[in-house]
Amino acid sequence: MTDSVIRIENLHKSFGSLEVLGGIDLDVRAGETVTVLGSSGSGKSTLLRCINFMEMPSEGRIYLHGDLIGTDEGGSVRYSESELCRIRTRIGMVFQHFNLFPHMTVLKNVMEGQVTVLGRRAGAAEAKAREQLERVGLSDKADEYPARLSGGQKQRVAIARALAMDPDVMLFDEVTSALDPELVGEVLRTIRQLADDGMTMLVVTHELGFAYHVANRVLFISDGRILEQGEPRQILREPATRRMQEFLDGHAQFRLPF
Amino acid sequence: MGHDWDFVTIAQNWGVLWVGLKGTLVIFSVTVVLGLGGGLIVGICRYIRHPVSRWPAMTFIEVFRNTPVLVQIIWFYYAFPILTGIEVDPFLAATLGISLNTMAFSAEIYRAGIQSIEPGQWEAGKAIGMTYSQALRRVILPVAIKRVLPALTNRGIEVFKMSTLASVVAYIETLNQAKLIADLNFNPIESYTVVALIFFVVLYPVVQATYALERTLAKGD
Repeated sequence: MTDSVIRIENLHKSFGSLEVLGGIDLDVRAGETVTVLGSSGSGKSTLLRCINFMEMPSEGRIYLHGDLIGTDEGGSVRYSESELCRIRTRIGMVFQHFNLFPHMTVLKNVMEGQVTVLGRRAGAAEAKAREQLERVGLSDKADEYPARLSGGQKQRVAIARALAMDPDVMLFDEVTSALDPELVGEVLRTIRQLADDGMTMLVVTHELGFAYHVANRVLFISDGRILEQGEPRQILREPATRRMQEFLDGHAQFRLPF
Repeated sequence: MGHDWDFVTIAQNWGVLWVGLKGTLVIFSVTVVLGLGGGLIVGICRYIRHPVSRWPAMTFIEVFRNTPVLVQIIWFYYAFPILTGIEVDPFLAATLGISLNTMAFSAEIYRAGIQSIEPGQWEAGKAIGMTYSQALRRVILPVAIKRVLPALTNRGIEVFKMSTLASVVAYIETLNQAKLIADLNFNPIESYTVVALIFFVVLYPVVQATYALERTLAKGD
């Protein structure tokens, strides 16, 4: 399949004797928005963190545009730090707690990776940074420091910072979980805009409404395995498993639009 | 127990004290740069989870933190030349003692600063493709150093006062020169009082400035 951006085969991850991921297979195609649902401790964040090697997989293979990440050595895969750094520039990640660089202005935050990692010239990096800030609606905050921004604004800067690297795919790790409820919308709208622009995305979230309206596909993860996946309108209304039904029932505030 | 204070003799010997004060400033400048600069390197080595850098750094820190500076200076002056055949003058002996001791203490300050940075900052650097050393230099250290600046300034003040220990190997600094005046004029009370005053006059404004600095930094967070 030529338009596969991320392909995961038999991904396992254990922390000591605790198995968090027990064999994940997944193929994310170009322009697809895949939402990952699951209870806390189900392994959904770990899955995301393995894809850009914030956590090293214990077993399994990950392909970016069809190319194996790492070197095959008789069945197991070996990774070099320099290759992983290169790979991470192509896989953008946004965190729950924003993790903006507090000593840099918003503009410098968005320029930093471009200049330090990609070696872009300051002028080009600044133009790119301003373009991405425009995209997330924060052009007027370019010279502010992160401490002066609201949570929603911080998260949109974090999105711009990741986008400025021109990634092939974006990973969102519960990016609205640390926000006040009234700030969630602005961040979700930004991500939705990216989906409309054709960005390939994996979104771990508890926002079922977002999954319902924006995702092309929903994965439900339980005990480190994909228990169900499918088209959101189908799977969110009529889950096949009891586990997923219980999970959906647990989100009491969730009302499907009828 | 009345004492007739006589500062005229001191004033007449001001030139002698001035030479000492210059010596104090010279050794302070050298030791504060070596101590706080070298401490950053030792602190990073101590922090990095790599046995090749960590164990030497830990050993260095423990040796120089748990032995008195005065003994270190005397050791470098009297013992080191006999053991190695390398001649050590008073300035070098005092500089080694004070710098190495300061490196050991400030290394722990830097390490604490680096450790205080949220893991999310490392991850954010890593996620945009930074190597470990890029993340350290561009993301972690600027914030860590800012955070420990008050502690480092305190260290710097200590270094300034520690310079008087150099008098034990007859390096020409303020205390050494005051002793000269005291011995020649039989006025130890005035001589040593003036030494204390000189240090107070130099340091008091500096300490006040650091308070102001701390307040400014606190506002920024």
